[in-house]
Amino acid sequence: MTPAAYPHRHLLGIEPLEPSHITAVLDTAEALREVLDRPIKKVPALRGKTVVNLFYEASTRTRASFEIAEKVLSADSLSIATSTSSVQKGETLLDTAKNLEAMNPDMIVLRHAASGAPHFLARHCRSAIVNAGDGAHEHPTQALLDALTLRQKKGRLEGLRVAIVGDVLHSRVARSNVWLLTKMGAEVILCAPPTLLPPGIEALAPVTYRIEEAVEGADAIMMLRIQQERMTGGYFPTVREYHARFGLTEERVRRAKRDVLILHPGPMNRGVEIASEVADGPYSVILDQVTNGVAVRMAVLYLLLGGSEAVA
Amino acid sequence: MAKPAPYRERQELMDADRLSRTLSRMAHEILERHPDLRGTVLVGVRTRGVPLARRLAARMKEASGFEPPVGALDITLYRDDLTTVGPQPVLKGTDIPTSIDGKTVVLVDDVLFTGRTVRAALDELIDFGRPARIELAVLVDRGHRELPIHADYAGKTLTTTREEVVQVRLEEEDGDDRVVLLERGAAPRPRTSARKRRPQR
Repeated sequence: MTPAAYPHRHLLGIEPLEPSHITAVLDTAEALREVLDRPIKKVPALRGKTVVNLFYEASTRTRASFEIAEKVLSADSLSIATSTSSVQKGETLLDTAKNLEAMNPDMIVLRHAASGAPHFLARHCRSAIVNAGDGAHEHPTQALLDALTLRQKKGRLEGLRVAIVGDVLHSRVARSNVWLLTKMGAEVILCAPPTLLPPGIEALAPVTYRIEEAVEGADAIMMLRIQQERMTGGYFPTVREYHARFGLTEERVRRAKRDVLILHPGPMNRGVEIASEVADGPYSVILDQVTNGVAVRMAVLYLLLGGSEAVA
Repeated sequence: MAKPAPYRERQELMDADRLSRTLSRMAHEILERHPDLRGTVLVGVRTRGVPLARRLAARMKEASGFEPPVGALDITLYRDDLTTVGPQPVLKGTDIPTSIDGKTVVLVDDVLFTGRTVRAALDELIDFGRPARIELAVLVDRGHRELPIHADYAGKTLTTTREEVVQVRLEEEDGDDRVVLLERGAAPRPRTSARKRRPQR
């Protein structure tokens, strides 16, 4: 029997994956995308499988696209937003998960404010666990959909020059993307004010404080959201000053390659990290990212729940 | 990618020439039933049904001047054994280039065996529309049906045992054109039991 293309039981992060596993997810997503264009957008692949979406943080895109992916593949799913659940009564994550698991789901998709929360569940639960964002640690499906978008538009990941600009400190998207892109042979440069860079990040990718330098000759620019809800101190003087120094304006885009792609994981703060005319401009692939998000999540569901019991 | 299967060749069922003549005959049979190809779509079942469908379409063009559209069906997502097959099968995707509503769809596959692949293919096709009719063309019908399914066009019909494997090799996928009958047991040292069961010559 040929070895599994994606030989893991969970998707907890990009960091532990081999390049071939990443390619397997992207190829599967590419094959599944066609299903979304059919007159009947539903295939019976995961009939009889149950997926619980457990979201401890607000989410539009990620949760909606997991739900659509689950429905298209015929899995039964339910979504629990903790703001309306017993979590409000003080139940711990493990108790909530154990109780959900007593209902025999095949997979739990978890978004949580604490880094490592999905890894903790993976140690204590039988279900397959998918990380839908854990604190400032990883957001693997976002990095995969960004990679799928880049690969579709550029035909490859290897050798691309990608600038990641913005709130790197609070960004799980940045971490997952740095790991993914460097594993796949892209050249990554990070750009943020010193206050929004975590210590030791230079070990993962080169860093600059000047956006002009970051975007120079770039094939793609990934903008990160300024995560005001996570900011406890004064990281920069004002939003206007941040925009003046680090915002992606048309003038700055012109320093990149002519066919540069602009990505943003959403939700955007228009006029803060990204100017409106850039967000809506011709090189923006922000809405392609959203469509690819569904395909990537279908691929993850298929790879984790299709086939018989994969090896750990 | 695939490691050598524990099978050995027992008999050549078709060489390249025979395979080519068989496909021509099948193309003419389809044309005979559907002289106006405008309402016909060929849909190959991945993997080897797709190059077979393309070759049939090319021959139908030679004979009639009109080449019917060819689609590709990946039935993996419709398999009835998806959760028991072992590691997830690799998806290659479905591509139906035209509407199949009201058309005659000729489903093309290399080998017809249990009929389960065809069942999955029928379910998938119907998610794309409502064809006027669906017919089935296979290069080899080897029997052992587990479902009420039959071929409308068969290149070759033969009797096999369940343990045997009919392998269709095509230039596009395998580098050469031939059909062979395989049987289990390519072990370097022949097992005594195997020898007892089937004496050499």
